[in-house]
Amino acid sequence: MKLDLKRVLKNYGIVFAFFLVCFILSWLSPVFLHWTNILNIIRQSSIYGIMAIGMTFVILTGGIDLSVGSILAFAGAVAAGMLKANAPLGLVIVTAIAIGAVLGLINGLIITVGRITPFVTTLGMMSIARSLTLIYCNGYPISGFGAAFRFIGGGDLFGIPFPIVVFLLTVLCAWVILAETRLGRYTYAIGGNEETVRLSGIRTHAYKMAVYVVSGVTCGFTALILTSRLNSAEPVAGTGYELDVIAAVVIGGTSLSGGRGGVWGTLVGALLIAVINDGMILLGISPYSQQLVKGLIIIGAVLLDRLREEPS
Amino acid sequence: MGSVLRMRGISKSFPGVRALDRVDLELDASEVHALAGENGAGKSTLMKILSGVYRADEGEIWLRDRKVAAAGPRAMIEAGVSVIYQELNLVPYLSVAENIFLGREPRKRGGFIDWKKMRAEVATLLEPFGLSLDPKAKVYSIGPAYQQVVEIAKALSLRSGILVMDEPTAALTGHEVDRLFELIRNLRKKGVSVIYISHRLQEIKELADRVTVLRDGRHIVTAAVKDITVDEIIRNMVGRKLTEQYPKAQQAVRGEVLRVEGLSKRGVCEDVSLAVRRGEILGLAGLVGAGRTEIVELIYGARRKDAGRVFVDGKEVKIRSTRDAVREGLALIPEERKKQGLVLGLSVLDNIALTVLDLYSFFGFIKRRIVTGLVRKMSGEVGVRTPSLAQLVRNLSGGNQQKVVLSKWFVRDCDVYIFDEPTRGIDVGAKVEIYRLMQNLAAQGAGIIMVSSELIEVMNMSDRIAVVCNGRIVTEFVRGQATDEEVMSWALGLKGKAS
Repeated sequence: MKLDLKRVLKNYGIVFAFFLVCFILSWLSPVFLHWTNILNIIRQSSIYGIMAIGMTFVILTGGIDLSVGSILAFAGAVAAGMLKANAPLGLVIVTAIAIGAVLGLINGLIITVGRITPFVTTLGMMSIARSLTLIYCNGYPISGFGAAFRFIGGGDLFGIPFPIVVFLLTVLCAWVILAETRLGRYTYAIGGNEETVRLSGIRTHAYKMAVYVVSGVTCGFTALILTSRLNSAEPVAGTGYELDVIAAVVIGGTSLSGGRGGVWGTLVGALLIAVINDGMILLGISPYSQQLVKGLIIIGAVLLDRLREEPS
Repeated sequence: MGSVLRMRGISKSFPGVRALDRVDLELDASEVHALAGENGAGKSTLMKILSGVYRADEGEIWLRDRKVAAAGPRAMIEAGVSVIYQELNLVPYLSVAENIFLGREPRKRGGFIDWKKMRAEVATLLEPFGLSLDPKAKVYSIGPAYQQVVEIAKALSLRSGILVMDEPTAALTGHEVDRLFELIRNLRKKGVSVIYISHRLQEIKELADRVTVLRDGRHIVTAAVKDITVDEIIRNMVGRKLTEQYPKAQQAVRGEVLRVEGLSKRGVCEDVSLAVRRGEILGLAGLVGAGRTEIVELIYGARRKDAGRVFVDGKEVKIRSTRDAVREGLALIPEERKKQGLVLGLSVLDNIALTVLDLYSFFGFIKRRIVTGLVRKMSGEVGVRTPSLAQLVRNLSGGNQQKVVLSKWFVRDCDVYIFDEPTRGIDVGAKVEIYRLMQNLAAQGAGIIMVSSELIEVMNMSDRIAVVCNGRIVTEFVRGQATDEEVMSWALGLKGKAS
């Protein structure tokens, strides 16, 4: 079988890029390959990464979710509030996830039944959820939680930090859903051609709503992890996260127009962003320049995506 | 010579089809020359060659004794040829004046647009015809009749000597049609020549000087309108064609599987009733735009209807979405397979399995092996030619893509199959295979509705034929009871009360 170099680069280019960057950084900084640094990188990537998995579902259908940062903040704030009121940990966890799900569902309803574009809808939800957060916390952070809750963000399972475990489990579940379930197959199909799916007798509204719920749920997970790790629910938590989350998905090869891509790419994308962030810190590059580098990478990734799209 | 245009021996082929075969067309000065022919006869292709959009494979075009070299649209516009398309080529949110002078706005010193001059020009253009338009009015607000005037004004401002009008009266009411005719007669007096494409043969009789009929890409006849009757025009349009293979066998027809009563939707169709029996193929004939696709979409729940009842196997069913329709055993093979029937970016397997995932899943998890087996079997039966089931559908040929769409529905074993233009854009070989598949379905007890603009296809494949005109079923008959010409007359609205 002839090795089609173009095709290999197209499909796995991002993995090459990832290893290339790691290689360069390990050469430039002696600390890079230390175990603690690597763990740090992966743990950092979990925050954006988990939400990026949810975002992958949304983008696969051709939509977008700009409200992830705000939903994260609200879910985190409510969880914190409940913990302060001595609610049982189990209930807190369920509530945070439920809030994410409900806000996601509202996004989905407005997009499908309301027929408002995802961009505008989630932009509105971004403001609304942020507002709800500020109202709930009265503008102040809620801090100081018990050890049980702190395990979520700070503890580890057999030496692996818990956030990383959650991240990997999320990736695996998402992978299985996308490959083996109706929700997964319909997600790809709807992103490829929604009209065809509708004319095939499938309730596209229900499945489109479902992906926004998935996104919201991943925000719930992340809210618990972040709040636990910082030992505080900040009213400004998650601000600006949506950009990194979307970047991870796009860099990972999922097309913004939908129908193409997957969670393994998103995993690589999230790791790549975390590696670059970490690398720039290790190399002492000013935080101002970090934005520039990230921006260039995103544009580069989208250009690659354009090239991947074969002229039809 | 009095002719402003001479097209000689024009031929044009596309992959798999010869759209024009040595066609001649001649246009005199101050003439309204009608162009008639069935859908697919070659009228649009010929006009696209005239306007420079296509390049002819063979043949010559002469404009006033000067041969025109292969030129693009811009050159032909500058040479004085303007085309007014049926869908109109205007920017709805710009004003009348801006549309007329789009790209050629009169400028002041410094490059600024001279609005005053532009608006004055509009009046100057239209005044000789006794018309006036508010140059500042936005085009979407002035109605189809005046939008057409804007198009004509645009052509006049380009000093076009030749105006091609494609179905200009399709969106106009009686009163507006009269005014348009008046305008065209005035244009003719001023020396403009018009090529008038229309299915409304009565209009051709009323307005045109000569008529040319095309059929199957060939020139059939050109005659003075006063020397030819409407019936003769129809006969030339339809004629007798080459016989193709139509595997039609007599089917044992059983009970009624689908009945529709009183289907209506404002602006689309009115009081449509039809019935299909198991083992039967019901053909829906009619012109493009008659409303057939819309009617079947309404039956299938793809669009919401205003009124109408649907009965499956004698029992009334509520169809409010495509899901309801599929649950009741209906299937729709849509008109545009790439836009409506397939997900091009997915594999053959994914596309065919799309309709049956809900039947073979366990708590959302798909029973892969069963589905794959089913898909493999069906794609084999249907004859989809693909290196593997994982091949992306966008890489298949048109005929195979259509077979994938068919497989998608056959795999669900439906009771009623609605085919909308099943063989459009497909080569002859694949066409026959698709006809055979349709026959098999009928033989196995399904009811079939077939919408087709190819008269020969409808007439040969259907057991019964309903003719749709302007959103109504104007007549129904059994195979063999009517001639091609009669069907065409019904479709054109020349028979019965619809006119």
